[in-house]
Amino acid sequence: MSTDTHAAHAADHHHDAHAHGSLSTYLLGFVLSVVLTAIPFWLVMGGAIPNKNITALVIMAFAVVQIVVHMIYFLHMNTKAEDGWSMMAMIFTIVMVVIALSGSLWVMNHLNSNMMPVHQMSGMK
Amino acid sequence: MTIAVKPDQSGEPLFYLADEHPHPEGYSTSLGFWIYLMSDCLIFAILFAAFGVLGGNYAAGPAPKDLFDLSLVAVNTSMLLLSSITYGFAMLTMQQNRVGATQAWLAITGLFGLAFIGIELSEFAHMIHEGATPQRSAFLSSFFTLVGTHGLHVSCGLIWLVTLMTQVWRFGLIEANRRRLMCLSMFWHFLDVVWIGVFTFVYLLGVLR
Repeated sequence: MSTDTHAAHAADHHHDAHAHGSLSTYLLGFVLSVVLTAIPFWLVMGGAIPNKNITALVIMAFAVVQIVVHMIYFLHMNTKAEDGWSMMAMIFTIVMVVIALSGSLWVMNHLNSNMMPVHQMSGMK
Repeated sequence: MTIAVKPDQSGEPLFYLADEHPHPEGYSTSLGFWIYLMSDCLIFAILFAAFGVLGGNYAAGPAPKDLFDLSLVAVNTSMLLLSSITYGFAMLTMQQNRVGATQAWLAITGLFGLAFIGIELSEFAHMIHEGATPQRSAFLSSFFTLVGTHGLHVSCGLIWLVTLMTQVWRFGLIEANRRRLMCLSMFWHFLDVVWIGVFTFVYLLGVLR
């Protein structure tokens, strides 16, 4: 890479790094997040879906969508920011978070279910 | 990084990394701050995992259903959401170089943040008054650790906000202050993202359980 193209690239990069939202994207993000917050609260407080497991899955889905909305409209995440390194750091973090969360829940759940109940232990020699 | 190519005496090309050219001040701040936020995200992930494992162990004590007032949580959530959009307005007015408007939006953001912390603290005080202290059960220990850590982050954000308002008041919207305001913007919106996880997994799923 020659110095000229690098300098041009750096200038371009600097511009990208400071990508900010406009009034319309902020307002759109705000309206979306209000809707995505209000519906889960309404589902739980009003008990709109009788089945608790389905309600749980639906509100978790709303949370995931709302997190993505916040990432795009408030945190201005995109694949171009910082030459893609922001996205790389985030993908790495998501992988770590998924391993830590699912691993902990999975292992501890198995540990709980394999644990012998106390009342059975007293009968053992 | 520049890779320079120079033929050596035998005519073979020699590759080496030339010196880094100097970057302007604050060139890498936003990426560095983003990586800090990602590491903070891991802290919260572990606290969420601890809550996920321990959240059902009430030790015959109060359960989420007995403790949480969802309408209060909804008010709290809207405080944080409103503070996010007002911070967004502060960033927009900052881009237009309107110092007064930026300061006003920052102050409004701070008030919403203060309202959030106030409601959360009164909720905690109410719970502790009813005997639902962190020592009561594993559920309450993990609850206070997770929600308390988030609240501590918001409190630090408020201190940072007041510091930056003083900076802007003293020095105006200089390049350094713009950079700092951008970092706080990322921090503030990040805390809102964490709160989405808190109200979904702790409060809504807790009451549902």
